[in-house]
Amino acid sequence: MIQALFNIIIFPGLLFLFTFALAAEYIDRKLSARLQNRMGPPWFQPLADFIKLLGKENILPCDADVHIFKFMPVLALTASVTSFLYIPLWQPKALNSFNGDVIVVLYLLTIPTLTYFLGGWYSRSVYSMIGAVRSLTQLFAYEVPLFMSILASALLANSWNLSEIALFYSQHPGYWLFNFIGFSIALISLLGKLEKTPFDIPEAETEIVAGSFTEYSGKLLAFFRLSIDVEMVVGSSLLAAVFFPFGLGLTPVLGFILYIAKVLFIVSLISFLRTVLARLRLDQMITLCWKYFAPLAFLQVIINLILKGVFLK
Amino acid sequence: MHNSRDVQVPFGPQHPALKEPESFLVTLRGEKITASSVKIGYNHRGIEKACEERTYIQDLYLIERICGICSHSHATAFAQAVEEIAGLEVPKRALYIRSLIGELERVHSHLLWLGVAGHEIGFDTLLMYTWRDREVVMDILSLLTGNRVNYGMNTIGGVRRDITPAQAKEVLKAVDILEERTKYYIKIATQETTIIDRLSGVGVLSKKDAISLGAVGPTARASGVARDVRKDDPYAAYGELDFKVITANTCDVYGRTVVRVQELMESYKMIRQILKDMPEGPITVRAPRKIPAGEAASRYEAPRGEDFHYVRSNGTEKPDRVKVRAPTLANVQAVSKMLEDRYLADMPIVIAAIDPCFSCTDRSIVIKNSGAKNSKTVPWEVLHVQSIEWYKERRGIDFSALNKKYAKAFKI
Repeated sequence: MIQALFNIIIFPGLLFLFTFALAAEYIDRKLSARLQNRMGPPWFQPLADFIKLLGKENILPCDADVHIFKFMPVLALTASVTSFLYIPLWQPKALNSFNGDVIVVLYLLTIPTLTYFLGGWYSRSVYSMIGAVRSLTQLFAYEVPLFMSILASALLANSWNLSEIALFYSQHPGYWLFNFIGFSIALISLLGKLEKTPFDIPEAETEIVAGSFTEYSGKLLAFFRLSIDVEMVVGSSLLAAVFFPFGLGLTPVLGFILYIAKVLFIVSLISFLRTVLARLRLDQMITLCWKYFAPLAFLQVIINLILKGVFLK
Repeated sequence: MHNSRDVQVPFGPQHPALKEPESFLVTLRGEKITASSVKIGYNHRGIEKACEERTYIQDLYLIERICGICSHSHATAFAQAVEEIAGLEVPKRALYIRSLIGELERVHSHLLWLGVAGHEIGFDTLLMYTWRDREVVMDILSLLTGNRVNYGMNTIGGVRRDITPAQAKEVLKAVDILEERTKYYIKIATQETTIIDRLSGVGVLSKKDAISLGAVGPTARASGVARDVRKDDPYAAYGELDFKVITANTCDVYGRTVVRVQELMESYKMIRQILKDMPEGPITVRAPRKIPAGEAASRYEAPRGEDFHYVRSNGTEKPDRVKVRAPTLANVQAVSKMLEDRYLADMPIVIAAIDPCFSCTDRSIVIKNSGAKNSKTVPWEVLHVQSIEWYKERRGIDFSALNKKYAKAFKI
């Protein structure tokens, strides 16, 4: 009981996750600022932003559906936090695992996008509604390549259990190198999931103000922003677990450091990509995903099938 | 035609993409724009009327404040018109200095535009880089004139400050840095895939449309219309300078970007030539306080296009009429054409691509006896009562009590 509470509230649950999420946001912002030749924020800025937003007034649009409007930020946060429990961090075994949890994690990571849609749609503001529709349209474009690239890795490990996938790769060192295409596709799809440039189409500031979040303010916005940060950490952890499954048998301290390094590496890649690319148009994004990324992810599936057939009999 | 699937999106008067208050109402079907209308006039400042109340010298500083970016353009255009009426022979050195400041201004304006364009397509890195480099030219401008934007360089009959050899050396040094940076931006603009994807084929304005809608400046030149006042009707020192009119025939936003970055290179060339060939001599002639009766029109190629000033004098020390047509007024007509059948995502960059300056453009228009059937002249008192009624009916706000209070206080 106490163990479970500790796991949920402190480690690797809420407290650790929130701290890590805010730290990741700091790294992302600082790195992108330095790449853009700016100073960037001080280390406590994400926390300060969060606290400041918590203290602000909640403004509810009079046309909005109040219950859905208020519930969505909480749901977004809950979904991302829950999925974290199934991801192996520095041991081959996650806190919880069951057969098929990779699918559950992927679906839980889809829920935040759905909450952006519902929250935006029920704000009833024209910018929010356009942003909401864009979120959902984008979801259909990047989900397939993301699922395929992650499942390709699972296919090689012959398991749909994240812990078993991690175990497989630690028993067969070097095999993760074959998933490079899958990793690239998944990383780019993650940019879409996190709505970061070049896929920040649903919240394109110069077109639709803040998209789904236009009408959000105060605590609700704070929780939406936190959920995006948490999603960034969880998404990066998932990618690290699936595509960089090495060094899992180390001592807890070394393993923990290695895990943090892996996630920060992926976060750095995200901030690098969002700094050097311009925002795409929705039609260009969909073309890109279906025309190039989906076939490439499919190629990864074929590569893994061949590997499995030839080497892992 | 309004369809239930259509969504009307207000784009302004307040919107993150717009740096000044103006309003674009677009009708969307999905992501496609089916109709759009432009409404300007949110920032009318009454500058033309104010000019009639001030002396020519005071007007010069007021006119300079029409635009925060092409301030030198407006001031020079006005000074040229007044000098023409007064028949002043401006010294050659002053003309060269005017051209020098004009070109430095074009450099800062085009670099600013490049950053804004980057921001509009979600490429903030370009914004950060170009605006950092823009500081180089801003520093030079403040070194030469003492100010970063409103230079106060012109006076009727010449310029107010001379360029020393030491300053010229600093300018040349800065131009070298800027040239190198601009080459890098040309490389980015012509090679970076996401930029090209977002810019080419967007906001198309054919050569025919550009001419019939009266586009000016880089907007017209990117549609293949070689229209440049510096070449067509040389003023200041431009008649003696060696430069090309940059055009592009892609007719889209990409063309407008290429034209602007290439113009930067031409500006650097001109700045070097000006500093090399600048003649010695006085920088100003004495101008009379009272300008003889007459009228003059003056044209100036501002960074955004042709700037037109008309001045009429009546022999006193104040002008009788001043008319300013900023380049944006000529270009804004083309925006609706450029937006036809485009996506919502293209809207910010299409608007930004004419490098709009709406506050400079806003003028009030008075139509007298237009001949329309239901036109009537409404006296001020009636209009006042009507406005109170309008707010009472439409907005539920009753101003009449407040109005009575103020009427008593001010004894109206």
